[in-house]
Amino acid sequence: MKIDKQRLLDGYRTMRVIREFEERVHKEFMTGQIPGFVHLYAGEEASAAAVCQQLGEYDTVASTHRGHGHSIAKGCDVMGMMKEIYGREGGLCGGKGGSMHIADLDVGMLGANGIVGGGAPLVCGAALTAKTLKTGGLSVAFFGDGAFNQGTTLESMNFARVYDLPVLFVLEDNGYAESTASSWSIGGHDPVRRAEGFGIKGARVDGHDYFAVYRAAEEAVAAIRNGEGPRFIHIEFTRYYGHFEGDAATYKKPGEVQDERRYLDALKFFRARTTGGGMLKAEDLDAIDAEVDTLIDAAVREAKAAPPPALSTLTTDVYLSY
Amino acid sequence: MSVKSIREALNEAMRDEMRRDPTVIIMGEDVAGGMGAGGEQDAWGGVMGVTKGLMPEFGRERVLDTPISESAFIGAAAGAAMTGLRPIAQLMFVDFFGVCGDQIINQLAKFRYMFGGKAKTPCVIRTLYGAGTRAASQHSQCVYPVFTHFPGLKVVIPSSAYEAKGLMTQAIRDDDPVIFFEHKAMFDETGEVPDEPYTIPFGVANLTREGKDVTVVAIGRMVGFANQAADALAKEGIECTVIDPRTTSPLDSETIIASVRKTGRLVVVDEASPRCGLASDISAIIAEDAFDALKAPIKRVTPPHSPVPFSPVLEDAYVPSVADIQESVRSVMGSGASARVLEGAD
Ligand SMILES: Cc1ncc(C[n+]2csc(CCOP(=O)(O)OP(=O)(O)O)c2C)c(N)n1
Ligand SMILES: [Mg+2]
Repeated sequence: MKIDKQRLLDGYRTMRVIREFEERVHKEFMTGQIPGFVHLYAGEEASAAAVCQQLGEYDTVASTHRGHGHSIAKGCDVMGMMKEIYGREGGLCGGKGGSMHIADLDVGMLGANGIVGGGAPLVCGAALTAKTLKTGGLSVAFFGDGAFNQGTTLESMNFARVYDLPVLFVLEDNGYAESTASSWSIGGHDPVRRAEGFGIKGARVDGHDYFAVYRAAEEAVAAIRNGEGPRFIHIEFTRYYGHFEGDAATYKKPGEVQDERRYLDALKFFRARTTGGGMLKAEDLDAIDAEVDTLIDAAVREAKAAPPPALSTLTTDVYLSY
Repeated sequence: MSVKSIREALNEAMRDEMRRDPTVIIMGEDVAGGMGAGGEQDAWGGVMGVTKGLMPEFGRERVLDTPISESAFIGAAAGAAMTGLRPIAQLMFVDFFGVCGDQIINQLAKFRYMFGGKAKTPCVIRTLYGAGTRAASQHSQCVYPVFTHFPGLKVVIPSSAYEAKGLMTQAIRDDDPVIFFEHKAMFDETGEVPDEPYTIPFGVANLTREGKDVTVVAIGRMVGFANQAADALAKEGIECTVIDPRTTSPLDSETIIASVRKTGRLVVVDEASPRCGLASDISAIIAEDAFDALKAPIKRVTPPHSPVPFSPVLEDAYVPSVADIQESVRSVMGSGASARVLEGAD
């Protein structure tokens, strides 16, 4: 089950777009021009990239408050995302949603979510649609370690099981929910066993290893497409930034973040493994890096230049008809 | 007496009550922070830093960081209150009542009545509300009209640091369940606050200023806006009475009615959505009990009937402004004048 060269390059590009997007948003946020709450996905790229690579046009994903990575990996337009984050006209949601509510139903991205645990029930619904209409699609719920203790998530796991829905539950365990450690908050300390308690087969993988996530997702998605019902993957990794922009993350051990960046970096691992093993050439990856830098630069420039939404849009889109 | 922020005033009220009464506990997500983590403990003190310092003094047995399981910990607060503790539970943003509504509305609110007066449920739910921080549709709502709707809950919405401390102390000592609203854009607002504990009774409105022309009732953050509007209007020769009900359940309707009987005009300023909101409720009370005193139609100042938008320009247009209040007051004065002309023509 070799991953072919083009897929590897695509996977790397997605991770690289996410990383650069988040690094830039972090920098721009410090200038005070980005409003609201912003939660960055840097450090977690392999999950969104490798999972979404298994998906096609009839598949959907529901994301979280930390949603930029999933949005990019599922195919949301990066320009539209950046404008949305700046609250400008031409943003993916017309400036009404912002970072926490990026969505694009046309590409199967059912929305970031301001409510922890908000996504899993929606994914069950999307899977029900796919099953009823026989589209062949499946739906992925990305959720954090904090959300794994929310009733909505646990109810959804049972719901998906009893109807054998085509759902992939992806627990993105970055070690913390805000300042609270997942090693404390997840009672029983064994998410895969918790999933098995619902009758859902699960796997645990290192989220800094693109290949490990890819293989686990590939296997799970194949089983779901084969009609076996829901699956579960527990992905362990770290987030490089604070919970939201402005959080100093003092609850982490001194040096923890520096160590993460040095030793736990999915992009560095990917480059070392693919170029060291002769799968890819360093120049190919360098070319992607350069192209992505230009893309994100342009997105920031366009977003800053875009006008604010028209005031008349304040009361539009509340209903279709009223 | 010293100058304190709303954040400090609330912290002091909780600290003093925890010192006084060992059954008072605090629970919520990151109310201390750093639970199970290797770095700083008490790293957050809640998302707005209001409970910082309490865990070091009272320990993790009385200041409980919780998993993100609102149904469980809000419900646990209700159950603990019924059985001998006085929990202060933090529902981080009031928008999240959606995930634990049953435990508040069908459980906590109703024990005393359903159980024929046998239950006592001294529980405070602290929660953030309000727009203005670019937090978008799921982190900016007011929701207090919803809780005001349910018999059995007391609903408190302080408008200043002085009110925050006195009302919080009362909320903790109160034997009924209290939903305590804190506006997320107001924590750094300061005022003179007594250093010693004191209580402000529920159901007693505060007149922040008195004037003969118009009664302006405002809720929470809108009280400050109404006072600013009244200052500006005074320069135009329009004198406003500004009433801060401080609690919407119980509501001091007598004070509002008495004031409208003097001024003959009412403007209600409410940051909540216009339909079935506090502005509508207070307007109905006046229409019912003081209709004969009205010289002009009642005016409500509220946001439009839409979710709270993210984009700053849209959000600024959404939240009622000082200028909106001034305009409404002028308009009731205008129609008041024409009403007098009609009277004269009679
Ligand atoms: C129902 C609900 N409760 C609480 C919050 C506040 N909140 C936002 S993100 C977050 C932590 C989520 O942790 P986790 O699920 O691990 O995701 P991560 O932030 O680590 O990606 C909390 C408590 C919320 N948005 N919704
Ligand atoms: Mg987490």
